[in-house]
Amino acid sequence: MSSARHDHAPGSGSGPAVTAPRTTTAPASLPPEGLPGLDPAWSRLVRVPGRGIDAGVTRGWHCLDTAGELEALGVEPAGTILAVHGNPTWSFLWRRLAEGTLAAAAAGGPAWRLVAVDQLEMGFSERSGLHRTVAQRVHDLAGFADAVVGDGPVITIGHDWGGVVSLGWAVDHAPQLAGVALLNTAIHHPAGVPIPAPLRLARARGVLAASTVATPAFLETTLSLPAEPLPADVREAYRAPYRTAARRDGIGGFVADIPADASHESHAELERIAAGVARLEAPALLLWGPRDPIFGDRYLDDLVDRLPHARVHRFEGAGHLVAEERLYADAVLSWVGEDVAPAAGGLETPRPAAEAPRPAEGAAEAPPPADAEAFRPLWHRLDERALDDGTAVIDMTRTDAGEPRTVSWRQLHARVQELAAGLHRLGIRRGDRVSLLLQPGPTLTAVVYACLRIGAIAVVADAGLGVQGLSRAVRGAQPDVIIGEQKGLAAARALGWPGRRFSAGRLPRAAEAALGVEASLGEVARLGCGEPLPPEPAPADEAAVLFTSGSTGPAKGVVYTHAQLSALRDVLEQHLAIHGGTGLVTGFAPFALLGPALGTRSATPDMDVSAPRTLTASAVAAAVRASDARIVFLSPAAVLNVVATADALTDADRAALGRIETFLSTGAPIGLGMLRSIAALMPAATPRTPYGMTECLLVADITLAEVEAAATAPDEGVCVGRAIDGNRILISALDADGRAVGEPSAEPGVLGEVVIAAPHLKRGYDRLWLTDREAARGTEALDAGSPEHPIRWHRTGDVGHLDADGRLWIEGRLPHVLVTADGPLAPVGTEQDVEAVDAVRRAAVVGVGPHGLRQAVAVVESLPAARRPGLADAGLAAAVRASTAQPLAAVLVVPSLPTDVRHNSKIDRVRLSAWAERTLAGRTPGAP
Amino acid sequence: MIALVTGASGFLGRAVAAQLVAEGHEVRTLQRRPSGVAGATDVLGSITDPDAVARAVAGDGSAPVEGVVHLAAKVSLTGDPADFRAVNVEGTRALLDAAESAGAARFVQVSSPSVAHAGASLTGVGAEPASPQHARGDYARTKAEAERIALERDSDRLAVVAIRPHIVWGPGDEQLIERVVDRARRGRLPLLNGGTALIDSTYVDNAATAIAAALRRADAAHGRALVVTNGEPRPVGDLLAGICTAAGVRPPRISVPAALGRAVGSLVERAWAIRPGADEPPMTRFLAEQLSTAHWFDQRETREALDWAPTVTIDEGLARLAAHYRAR
Repeated sequence: MSSARHDHAPGSGSGPAVTAPRTTTAPASLPPEGLPGLDPAWSRLVRVPGRGIDAGVTRGWHCLDTAGELEALGVEPAGTILAVHGNPTWSFLWRRLAEGTLAAAAAGGPAWRLVAVDQLEMGFSERSGLHRTVAQRVHDLAGFADAVVGDGPVITIGHDWGGVVSLGWAVDHAPQLAGVALLNTAIHHPAGVPIPAPLRLARARGVLAASTVATPAFLETTLSLPAEPLPADVREAYRAPYRTAARRDGIGGFVADIPADASHESHAELERIAAGVARLEAPALLLWGPRDPIFGDRYLDDLVDRLPHARVHRFEGAGHLVAEERLYADAVLSWVGEDVAPAAGGLETPRPAAEAPRPAEGAAEAPPPADAEAFRPLWHRLDERALDDGTAVIDMTRTDAGEPRTVSWRQLHARVQELAAGLHRLGIRRGDRVSLLLQPGPTLTAVVYACLRIGAIAVVADAGLGVQGLSRAVRGAQPDVIIGEQKGLAAARALGWPGRRFSAGRLPRAAEAALGVEASLGEVARLGCGEPLPPEPAPADEAAVLFTSGSTGPAKGVVYTHAQLSALRDVLEQHLAIHGGTGLVTGFAPFALLGPALGTRSATPDMDVSAPRTLTASAVAAAVRASDARIVFLSPAAVLNVVATADALTDADRAALGRIETFLSTGAPIGLGMLRSIAALMPAATPRTPYGMTECLLVADITLAEVEAAATAPDEGVCVGRAIDGNRILISALDADGRAVGEPSAEPGVLGEVVIAAPHLKRGYDRLWLTDREAARGTEALDAGSPEHPIRWHRTGDVGHLDADGRLWIEGRLPHVLVTADGPLAPVGTEQDVEAVDAVRRAAVVGVGPHGLRQAVAVVESLPAARRPGLADAGLAAAVRASTAQPLAAVLVVPSLPTDVRHNSKIDRVRLSAWAERTLAGRTPGAP
Repeated sequence: MIALVTGASGFLGRAVAAQLVAEGHEVRTLQRRPSGVAGATDVLGSITDPDAVARAVAGDGSAPVEGVVHLAAKVSLTGDPADFRAVNVEGTRALLDAAESAGAARFVQVSSPSVAHAGASLTGVGAEPASPQHARGDYARTKAEAERIALERDSDRLAVVAIRPHIVWGPGDEQLIERVVDRARRGRLPLLNGGTALIDSTYVDNAATAIAAALRRADAAHGRALVVTNGEPRPVGDLLAGICTAAGVRPPRISVPAALGRAVGSLVERAWAIRPGADEPPMTRFLAEQLSTAHWFDQRETREALDWAPTVTIDEGLARLAAHYRAR
């Protein structure tokens, strides 16, 4: 390809390609008609007096401009959105924003004029034959904006290197700036870190001209980045201005202008813009496609640091051309309506009360004095018991001379202090994110409390997400530090996770070097010994990021503040009447960590925490004996195995279990039979199955006796009990189309999305602004509480109803609701009916056919298990159909239903539904 | 009203005529053999005979008909293309001519979903326009043409509705049920791809009430084609097993890949064309497609337009079928 003809004469061979003189010129022109989604009426050619190297000449620009359309609509624009494309695209990139702003204006909403430029040498703007540095491009844009945009409020939006140019304009025009929006871009590159490999390659001498100019390789690569291929007509439209090598000159110029190091001519301008961005106070929006080989998460992280008030949304699964992959224009318009317009004045849209902008680090709003007194930090009990030699933590997975490892309150307190001071001495600060790849146990517990104490944010992603899910979670959270065991650190190294690395135990020097480990936790603690601690974080500071299971889409980071984690501790303490002498046995990660906060000893049974179904009854009993615990907390998968291994219990084991007062299982529904079986092992215990989720770990609770009572009720679904004190539960009714649009209410018998409020509800999702908005949708009019005790609402994505006694019944997940010709159908009630058939072990009800006309299909694991998937035999099909009032189009059997990794109990309905669709279309049934 | 039912000696035609009699209409029938419908007046003759058609429509001394339900058709998987055309296309045209000149106000053209579909999987679709170019086989092709001709005649004076019942079955059905049962008895009824394709079907009473409703509601529903089914799609394997069980024969157990079934169907079709047997071919490409791809329909428009809903479920229909076989 390198032999392709070059139709202009670069001084190649002598000077570096990056400064090759250019000789090809061409005037600005209009794009061809008929490009998809691009209205020719938006295109405009303007001549603008040049600046910088263009001083004294005028240049011809092509831009999209909706001013004419807005005038035709008879609306006065509130301001202008100035959009700058990157390399190697053109203003075509912003067509949906043009369409969206016009649609919003036509609908009577805020009217913003869109002006999207083709940068000089790019798109259909003039080819001057000159090389343009970043500084020159910022001059160019300023000249253009003076001539075309004028004086009103301006929102800048940019993508790729257009982001940098748009920010250049923004920092120079702060008084006029109403907002900044960015799609995958980079403003700062840390010194000493190589620029991304694909760019290094593209910039290499010889490769640059060949890959960017002589051949369309760079353009074609960019167009091939989306995971879902772009439609052919869209690809053609992107190619339209870059048909010949001469017209592609600007693409090479842009790549050449990427500073690889401080000696580059554009380095200083980039530094100037980067510093200026950190001073911007205008509302900001960052929309990101993380599957970007160039502008990866680390650049988003850098921008978040510079614009801490920014709304941030990472579109998981999308890449560099996020504008083509996701509905970015809708996101921009929402942001303009909510954040920009009110600040810009003139428009009366109120700012939503649901969530105030995140306070910058250290600027946390001081809580009212009353609350400050009520607030006890999570380490409060640790401080109280600093001199207590009683047992705080027992780790049954490790033994010292045959005895389980125990840590006293005094030791734990001291260890937390040392680690906290050591981490602080190593430069880890409030707001830094620390990813913890550690098994539950005393080490994890000590590190978590040390992080909390110094205000570092503990990022807890567990192996239950699977390697891919875990990797996506860690990258998305962009930790500053990773603390792990050798396995976790090896994964961090192999998968290129960011952050400084510390090891849990001492590693051989060679391993430390290979894994990039700075120090072991022992060394960190020694560094911190006797050292002072930084001030405590504020209640509103971020404390932790936990991850959802990913069984309902990619795992989402869930952010908790210190106040919210403390509230979780308080609700557990009150609801379960936990006191210093209670004792807690659990292998269930979030709860295992709360023992010290609750001021009671906690024991981890001997188990592989990443595989809860390996937990045996004997191991639970041993932990109970060692800790003299009164509470046992297990995941549903663990419960199955504990019941299955109960035969191995000794009399002493049974006696210990006989002293248990409370048994809890949460995370996924657990059957009545299973609950009875576990109750038989702990005859004195009240078995409880609280209902909660990563976003709010305790919402409602129900005891076995209440489950038994509910079994006679006519309600569909799983009864999860009543709201725990201090929590609220409402239902947002589903409409005929299956959308949860009803005003949330407590009216009984209404099927809808479960909407909750709790003091210990999450602060929000991590870098998922749109998801946050959706979770708070339609809750603006609900009780917001008082300023001292605000009430925050959350849509759970669960579907169910309340009964007349205030009990909540869960009937499925919102995305799993089938909209049939008779209206929406939540699957759980029918599944329960079907599971009552003797020959059915487990059932899932999924839909086939188009939305609004779905046919319900039961897919069952039969007893005995089917050898291959297919139609159920006539007898089973008849029994299944007879078990439920819900008409079933088909009854299919499978050897086993596909389930999630973490709980091994949540059925992957999306996959199952696609399988049923294929099978019932007449294809030979394969495995689901 | 005075209503003419053509093809009333057939399985569905008889049910429709009986339904209209039960609803209190004065029913006249036109077909070559006696209809055997109590309360109806038979006019014997072929739909291809203009005199017979004119007599039936104009009344031959008595009053002309007000409504026509046209079921007479050549229904077969194979045969001489000219026969299909003479009966299905020209017969329909002659009947429409006669109805117009006699001043009839309503015309229900009984058609088939196969007029609009060429073998691809159908899930939850409505009634697409009839397409003779794409229809498979002479039957579907000529029925598609006939439906288009009928709907083109829809006017202020003559309200035309096309009703497409999908896979009509019930006691006394020789087209489908008897063949299924006979083949199952001889062990010649394989399932394709395990019989998992989801298909709609129509119990005969429901098809009859829907067609009667179309005559009643022609003023509101005219100009449209509407698919009629039970609205209970089932896997084809379940349906065939249900029919076999009702008839007291062993349900099919052998499954062959659909692609093989289609290939064999094509071969057999060609062989049969050269050396026709007494029976229908055991497998045609069309039948293989029907039995291995999903076919189910959106019934919302049909039910709304006809102000009609099925009254006999599939399970109830199978129970009646079983009672019918027990009584034989």
